[in-house]
Amino acid sequence: MTTVCMTGDEAVAYAVKQGKVDVVAAYPITPQTIMVERFSKYVADGEVKTEYVCVESEHSAMSACVGSSLTGARVFTATSSQGLALMHEMLYIASGLRCPIVMGVANRALSAPINIHGDQSDMMGSRDSGWVQIYAENAQEAYDWTLQAFKIAEDEKVQLPVSVNLDGFIISHCVEGVNTLEDTSVENMLQTRKPMFSIDFDKPVTIGALCFTDYYYEFKRQQVEAMRNAHSVLDRVCKEFKDASGRSYGVLDAFGMDDADAAIICLGSTAGTAREVARQMRMQGKKVGVVKLWLYRPFPVEEITAVFKNVKAVAVLDKAVSFGAQYGALGSDVISALYKDGVEPKPKVFNIIFGLGGRDIQPSDLEGVFNQALEVAESGVVKEETVFLGVRE
Amino acid sequence: MSKEEKKPGWKELPPGAVVTEPGSSRKYKTGDWRAFRPVVESDKCVNCLLCWVYCPDAAIVRNEKGVEINYDYCKGCGICAKECPRLAIKMMEEKK
Repeated sequence: MTTVCMTGDEAVAYAVKQGKVDVVAAYPITPQTIMVERFSKYVADGEVKTEYVCVESEHSAMSACVGSSLTGARVFTATSSQGLALMHEMLYIASGLRCPIVMGVANRALSAPINIHGDQSDMMGSRDSGWVQIYAENAQEAYDWTLQAFKIAEDEKVQLPVSVNLDGFIISHCVEGVNTLEDTSVENMLQTRKPMFSIDFDKPVTIGALCFTDYYYEFKRQQVEAMRNAHSVLDRVCKEFKDASGRSYGVLDAFGMDDADAAIICLGSTAGTAREVARQMRMQGKKVGVVKLWLYRPFPVEEITAVFKNVKAVAVLDKAVSFGAQYGALGSDVISALYKDGVEPKPKVFNIIFGLGGRDIQPSDLEGVFNQALEVAESGVVKEETVFLGVRE
Repeated sequence: MSKEEKKPGWKELPPGAVVTEPGSSRKYKTGDWRAFRPVVESDKCVNCLLCWVYCPDAAIVRNEKGVEINYDYCKGCGICAKECPRLAIKMMEEKK
């Protein structure tokens, strides 16, 4: 194992290089650019034999990825924000045709007004596109999850595309020490992809056929099942990855949740800050905890309800807004999970919208959220269901 | 597919709507899209074959007597009835 100084984007590119990807078709966009820029250098320098396809848009990038994946190739692409929005149509084709493409998404706000900084509106806007969604906390996790993503995506029970999300700039551009695996170790873990169907002139197949009222629904039901399978496959892949790397992953990471009265749940880099604040508050005797959700789709309902079993109040942090809804996307998912029959007692839940357009969240902000949650835990009353943290009135 | 045939459930179908049998489109019987069914009154028909020319789905079949409709593929567009100079084709509502 070697420690290398890398940004989150570079860490993803390095994982893709070690994963011996056959095809990369991508279009550069801030803050994803370095992923594909570094990777194109690996190709130009002859370090990998990947076919690198320069395309004229993200729509074309995903289209080329779909076509390549259907031939049986291992495929990677990356994007952000408007690029992901432009891919939107093809995201559904990738999942519907069961293409195990892995995509790095450096999460960035959506226009208008135009903004290049990090929030999670982009991937949340593609929430129902049938992609497995994983969120990394730092460059190390971005590297580790990219490797694991190929294994999850290509599993015979899954065969679905996977997005590895990293907060724009905060992870994509910050240089950190990343422990990398040896090439041979990655090779052993990620064996050659075994496609369901591939191009074979002796056994021709039709891909992308029309399905009307009489067949379409059955194929969507298959996707539902594949998405469910992704959960158990992820658990297995994480075990294998731990054997290879010593680093332990799963659907979520719980900090201080054994005895916490109040907790924060969030995705991505915010979890690191929240954990540090929680650690300090716990030293003052305040029983707070943090749940970092790695796997957002499929949503791990059982684990969520189990982790909040003894907690009295939960603040759900959403780095994206769902206009017209009571809560952000994660807020709605957590609340609906807790509403599941048999989950008693239910903790009090409130939602924090934060960080839109890359607005910074400071430890003091999170301390405020924890204190708010402790107040709710004590009083049993949620005064404000949705808090717009850090917005100027 | 014809209405009588039992269709496979989601577990039995190949993933991703892949069609594993080449050249199978003939088996996809589009006749059940039809809301109106063309019926030929053979005593009025003079075998001019204008319906056969105009049918966009090649669903008019020639036989010894004149023409008949292939209901497996006729989608019931009604062009044959409109074009027939002898008014020998009537469009009848399909009953469920």
